[in-house]
Amino acid sequence: MQQKMKKVKITIQEDGEPKEIEIEVPDTGEGGWGDVSKNRYVSKSHTRVDAVDKVTGRAKYTADIKLPGLLYGRILRSAHPRARINRIDATRAMALDGVKAVVLPGDDPAVFSRECRFAGQEIAAVAATTPEVAEDALHAIDVDYEVLPFVVDEDAARDPAAAQVHGDRANEGESRVGEQGDIAAGFAQADVTLEASYRCQVQSHIALETHGTVCQWEGDKLTVWASTQGVFSVRGELAGHFGIPETNVRVITEFMGGGFGAKFGARKEGVICALIAKKAGAPVKLMLTRKEEHLATGNRPSAVQHVKLGATKDGKLVAYERSNYGTPGVAGSANIPGAPYLYEIPNYRIEQTSVFTNAGPMAAQRAPGHPQAAFAMESMMDEMAEALGLDPVDIRQMNDPDEARRNMVAMGAEHIGWKTRRSAQPNTGNGRIKTGMGVGSCRWGGGGGRTQAECTINPDGSVEVKCGTQDIGTGTLTLVHMIAAEEFGLKTDEITVGIGDTNYPFSGGSGGSTTAASVSPAIKGTTMLAKLELFNKIAPRFGVEPGELVASDGNVFVSSDPSKSMTWQQATAQLGDEPIFFHGQWLPGYSDSGVPGVHFVEVSVDTETGLVKVDRVVAVHNSGLILNPLTWASQVNGGVLMGIGYGMYENRIMDPATGYMVNANLEDYRLMGSTDIPEIDILRYDEPERGVIGIGEPATIPTPGAIANAIYNACGARIREMPFTPDKVLSALAAVQEG
Amino acid sequence: MQNFTYVNATSIEQVPSLLGRSWDDAVVMAGGTDLLGEMKDFAAVPRRVVNLKSIEGLDYIRQDDAALSIGALTTLTDVLNHDAVSKDYTVLNQAVSVIASPQIRNMATLAGNILQRPRCWYYRSEDFPCLKKGGARCYAVGGVNTYHAIFGSGPSYIVHPSDAAPALMALGATVKIHGPRGGNEVVLDDFFTLPEMNIRRENILRPNEIVTELTIPKPEANSKGMYLKVRERDSIDFALVSLAAQMTVVNGTCERASLVFGGVAPVPWRAIEAERYLQGRRITESRAESAAEAAVEDAKPMPHNGYKVEIAKNLVRQAVMALAA
Repeated sequence: MQQKMKKVKITIQEDGEPKEIEIEVPDTGEGGWGDVSKNRYVSKSHTRVDAVDKVTGRAKYTADIKLPGLLYGRILRSAHPRARINRIDATRAMALDGVKAVVLPGDDPAVFSRECRFAGQEIAAVAATTPEVAEDALHAIDVDYEVLPFVVDEDAARDPAAAQVHGDRANEGESRVGEQGDIAAGFAQADVTLEASYRCQVQSHIALETHGTVCQWEGDKLTVWASTQGVFSVRGELAGHFGIPETNVRVITEFMGGGFGAKFGARKEGVICALIAKKAGAPVKLMLTRKEEHLATGNRPSAVQHVKLGATKDGKLVAYERSNYGTPGVAGSANIPGAPYLYEIPNYRIEQTSVFTNAGPMAAQRAPGHPQAAFAMESMMDEMAEALGLDPVDIRQMNDPDEARRNMVAMGAEHIGWKTRRSAQPNTGNGRIKTGMGVGSCRWGGGGGRTQAECTINPDGSVEVKCGTQDIGTGTLTLVHMIAAEEFGLKTDEITVGIGDTNYPFSGGSGGSTTAASVSPAIKGTTMLAKLELFNKIAPRFGVEPGELVASDGNVFVSSDPSKSMTWQQATAQLGDEPIFFHGQWLPGYSDSGVPGVHFVEVSVDTETGLVKVDRVVAVHNSGLILNPLTWASQVNGGVLMGIGYGMYENRIMDPATGYMVNANLEDYRLMGSTDIPEIDILRYDEPERGVIGIGEPATIPTPGAIANAIYNACGARIREMPFTPDKVLSALAAVQEG
Repeated sequence: MQNFTYVNATSIEQVPSLLGRSWDDAVVMAGGTDLLGEMKDFAAVPRRVVNLKSIEGLDYIRQDDAALSIGALTTLTDVLNHDAVSKDYTVLNQAVSVIASPQIRNMATLAGNILQRPRCWYYRSEDFPCLKKGGARCYAVGGVNTYHAIFGSGPSYIVHPSDAAPALMALGATVKIHGPRGGNEVVLDDFFTLPEMNIRRENILRPNEIVTELTIPKPEANSKGMYLKVRERDSIDFALVSLAAQMTVVNGTCERASLVFGGVAPVPWRAIEAERYLQGRRITESRAESAAEAAVEDAKPMPHNGYKVEIAKNLVRQAVMALAA
């Protein structure tokens, strides 16, 4: 059987300019990945290849890197939410035994400012022989501050009389408006119009591994071990900052303990680490503390949404108006999606602003803006269903333009027993514990691109695949092993894989749920074409065309006559002494973008204590072709849990009187713990013909809205402010009782 | 953390001299699960840490007909696993079972648990020089006071974080104290002190005194106990409100009730009015409700913690009905 070939267009870089060229690749049928049912690896569950290394501690994360003469860096941070540094004196710090270097604002004005705009802003740094001495040194730097007025609350900051976060402009930025149709006419058609306000809090990222780097200079060459979502973005930022070519900077991220969107680029702490390592003339490790993580490394912005929704009496949504604001802290945007979330509404107007406050800056966080938008929209959908006497599922099905999501809602409803087990009336049943069910949905993009890879097939049969992506904990390394092993008919442990290093071919940052959809087509394409080169060289030995050869189960044989066979090693030995080397890149046809997701949630509410327990989540997700169902399910589990955390527990609390965050730890900033975790049923809505689509972000979006709806179904209390803590539940219950 | 010297004590008698006249001179360490966090956050800045775990023979549970005596260094895990505790001291068993995590209970001691410092976020953060650290103000006033006190407070509004202390107090436990002039023993009700008495500490211990033993009288044969704890997070969390209840009910009539709240006041808070109301009364749903009302009558909630009153009230009703059943 002759291998069918097809032509695909790809974009390459030529003299620094993108150029589209056409190449020929094997045609594996619809969806690029072909029929995966007989595969040994791709689309089958595979334990992480580094699982044992991780659980035994053999895996070395940035914090584990040890180098001869390594110093420990720490950053001094502003002790006030708004202040000007009049004088800073490190004499006492420099005099401490073991302190090797101090950098002060004057050393690098691009990094440090004398204008402090939030408590926690970087103002100086030290490097010392031990972490303890470095901490002592921070306390021995004398700073004379001129303390200035501040504002940390987004509502207070909107007042024109409030202290200005940036002296030259109002705290509240320009409105961004999105509109369609005619809302006045739309509301005129509505039989029922509802208005309500919803509030979402600021959420910290809480990656298990804090931000940090180890920086080592040799002359003007810099090697960096970084906890990052993008080794190349770290390289670019450091090369730019220090005015050296990118070739002089090598960034390594072999193992990484999570980022959730806050670990792109070198960031302040990475630049500071390199800066102080240069000044100290020694390698420096600078890992942030948990408090620094809360204060200065990013967060999900708050959102306050005033929503007005109009519907006809049969449940058709006709008009939507939303004005919302939130705080990104001192910088960035608090915008959420600029069209009505999920549902088709012919007439809408949305106006949103970001309000600066004297708090740490936002950073992208797992599905930026979406959980906030989903919470308000999905709560409002239930309120509208109630007002119209409709089932919450039915009103969604009526207004959702996405067929796949409608099917997924039906799947989830069937699985959880929506029609059979859910009480149509809230607050039924005896006793203080009431149970209920709720639903919430999401959409996400998650396409791929921007990845190169190389593959070497050595004459001894050993195979090496290199790609400069990084595994941020999602299982990317395992995917590379799986795809290459599938292609060569070898076992996953027979492939040598290198990732997480800027010495390897370029790959973009791991964000936006794009990593699997970027990396896997590049690995597939590169290994497939490397294999084709091998077949081109050895096909004459079989007396067949290259396209008639197959690599499977450690052998290479003729597809029409498997008796004509060699072992893989016999086949590669035909290469003599020259290996196959192929440099490839992302190819179209193996990935896609755009997915819906649906969560159904069951909760119990203790009406005497206000405690809510999430008992069960049914998560229905669609990732096109799932490469590794095991790590995919881990991502769904993690997303569900992070969503419960946002809905139920997590909350950055700023003290309005002093401008400090009061819960910059993991005691008062509550993450859910093991006994808070519900039963999670994951349902797959497969569309393998679409190729690979990411899952990291959609899996977290729908949960808070679904929980709020389940709480209402349980006890009749509509909670419009997250997180759903006992104080809010009890006061909502009291409001219900008072009618 | 400030640098400090570390001393292993070898006998109880030696300890007072190793300690100092001020809390900044020296502190004792047993399990260390609270102290270490305090030192890292500069809430405690002792010059010397005196380790008590190097003293032999302070981890024991001894039982006789009248009482249970528990050595100060007995771990929470050992208390939890002790047969007599689970059989006769249900309220203590239940309270210890919901403290922190198994790992922390393996390290933490029973005496250390009742001597815990406040979890108040203003007290624990280096950013706030609050009253309890010698500063000028309580930041909970005019601040975010969601988790602060509804009873017995001013000028500080901390809550006592211990789960074991309300249970021990409900059981009428006494505490043995050793100081420079030897030992003495007081009932727990007299051990804890309100901020108006001593703003810096939560009990009568002086800087050079230690707790050596807790003694719990055996509950009456027909009495029953339970511990109810409400916490935002089920895994490792301090109480928003907890209630230790021990009641003797004979033929439906309450002969004695001992009700002590945790998490609502700067000390474990005995609901005296509710106890008095219940004594001698036949327990009904409406009387349980009246007792609950009496328990929170004196509550003075702050702007963000009114919900604690509702929870406290409901816990009293739940416990009274459950123990009368």
